[in-house]
Amino acid sequence: MTVLNNEKTISIYNNSSNPKAYPPGKHVLTGNQSAAIGAFLCGVQVIAAYPITPQSPVVEELSKFVEDGELSAEFVPVESEHSAMGVCIGASIAGARVFTATSANGLAYMCEQLHWASGSRLPIVMGCVNRAMAAPWSVLNDQQDSMSQRDAGWIQLFCRDNQEIIDTVIQAYRIAEKVYLPVMVCYDGYILSHTVMPLEVPDENKVKKFLPPYIPHTPIDINNPVNINPVTLGEPRYNANGVLCHGYMEHKYLHHKALRDSLNIIEEVDSEYKDTFGRSAGGLFSLYKTDDAEVVIVCAGSLSKMNILVVDMLREQNIPIGLVSLRSYRPFPNQKLSAALKNKKLILTIDKSLSYGYQGPICIDVKSCLFEAGISSIVISFIAGLGGRDIKPYEIAETAYDYWNKFLNNELNSENIYESQWINCKY
Amino acid sequence: MNTRDCGHIISGSSPAKGEAGKTGEWRTQRPVLNREKCLAVKANKDICYQCWAFCPECAIERKPGGPVDLTYCKGCGICAQICPADAIQMENEYDSSEQRKND
Repeated sequence: MTVLNNEKTISIYNNSSNPKAYPPGKHVLTGNQSAAIGAFLCGVQVIAAYPITPQSPVVEELSKFVEDGELSAEFVPVESEHSAMGVCIGASIAGARVFTATSANGLAYMCEQLHWASGSRLPIVMGCVNRAMAAPWSVLNDQQDSMSQRDAGWIQLFCRDNQEIIDTVIQAYRIAEKVYLPVMVCYDGYILSHTVMPLEVPDENKVKKFLPPYIPHTPIDINNPVNINPVTLGEPRYNANGVLCHGYMEHKYLHHKALRDSLNIIEEVDSEYKDTFGRSAGGLFSLYKTDDAEVVIVCAGSLSKMNILVVDMLREQNIPIGLVSLRSYRPFPNQKLSAALKNKKLILTIDKSLSYGYQGPICIDVKSCLFEAGISSIVISFIAGLGGRDIKPYEIAETAYDYWNKFLNNELNSENIYESQWINCKY
Repeated sequence: MNTRDCGHIISGSSPAKGEAGKTGEWRTQRPVLNREKCLAVKANKDICYQCWAFCPECAIERKPGGPVDLTYCKGCGICAQICPADAIQMENEYDSSEQRKND
């Protein structure tokens, strides 16, 4: 395998072009095509993935690029998602830029390797096409899969539309290779993955300028062998050269610090991307009509795009409502988010997932960041769209309208403040 | 933080004696050589050295009856198992307190 650091590969890297079928400019594409073209433009060198609905078309598209000789990457067909991430880890350590994608049970099967990837501080980028977790068996959309991997130490970015998928994949490599952390690019199955939308495919040469070649943090040198991630005990220890090496806890602290530091990097990279390509992918989170809002909806993913309609509908009814679309879920932008939610009286979080036994994960994090900022707004957790249950704009609008009136009439009680509210659940 | 990582942001080690720290502290049993049985000692030649080859901590020196570096010997007993002449016995650390004083 070639390592990007040598001159020959760098010259190949700099002299490539867009895929023939997708020259720079406007195209009408699915979310999966968008992710695959994003990976192509970043010049990925190793792709390993196992097909799973609704992620399969990403890998089909990439394998076609490799088969047609358009993308000089090693395509590794594997027997499971666990192996897919294993291949990515090996290739990334060796100095290759790698890509993989998965969904739901595939992601869960990868769980152990997710921790290996993040603990090894490898800048792997993975498309996570959000799908409901079994049981019962479902192939349809919700966000339980990636939310369940919240604590795997990855950066998790949520996309609102197909344009943001391609932009976020490109940004993800830049972020990942800067902070040495893997990035999960999460986008809703079917709603984005299989739905065509007009989007702008960037010019590969511009992408190459935006994204310098990947330099691994620990170069592999046959003359200077190292054992990566050996048993690392709790306490720091002296190695054979008498150097005091970190214990497990110091490594985890550095990992956590890198994630916290990446909050700034995510914003910086997004604003740099905006300067280069003329559009932002949402930074840490994006705001819609929140300046004078008194009630705010907080959600992530494709639902955020739909909720723009909801906000417009309710604004016509003179409801002072706004919308916060969370893009970076991990790291969680607690300080900036609480500043954005200051002075809001009522906050409605909508989760397409659930921390079973409590409330929606976004709601829990929003509450904790408000608490630390001393903001005592009422936060209500809504659960919607589990397992592909359709969410219609009027349902969200009616719910928000109801709760705003309940708030004005002081009718919010322990039943709806302390328990999650399920939208359109017929039970 | 007053610890240093070894120039890396991840945990790593190189193949060397003592790379995993002073593993001798883990020991509950120690290898004791019966010099009358050891093939290399008897022949006084560079032969056998199975204990040296198999020691996972590189704690045994490569010479006849090569002493064991008890700073790193973690008492795993592989040398005793592998010895073709049955010349190495594992003895409990707590029983051989007399010997410990002599170390």
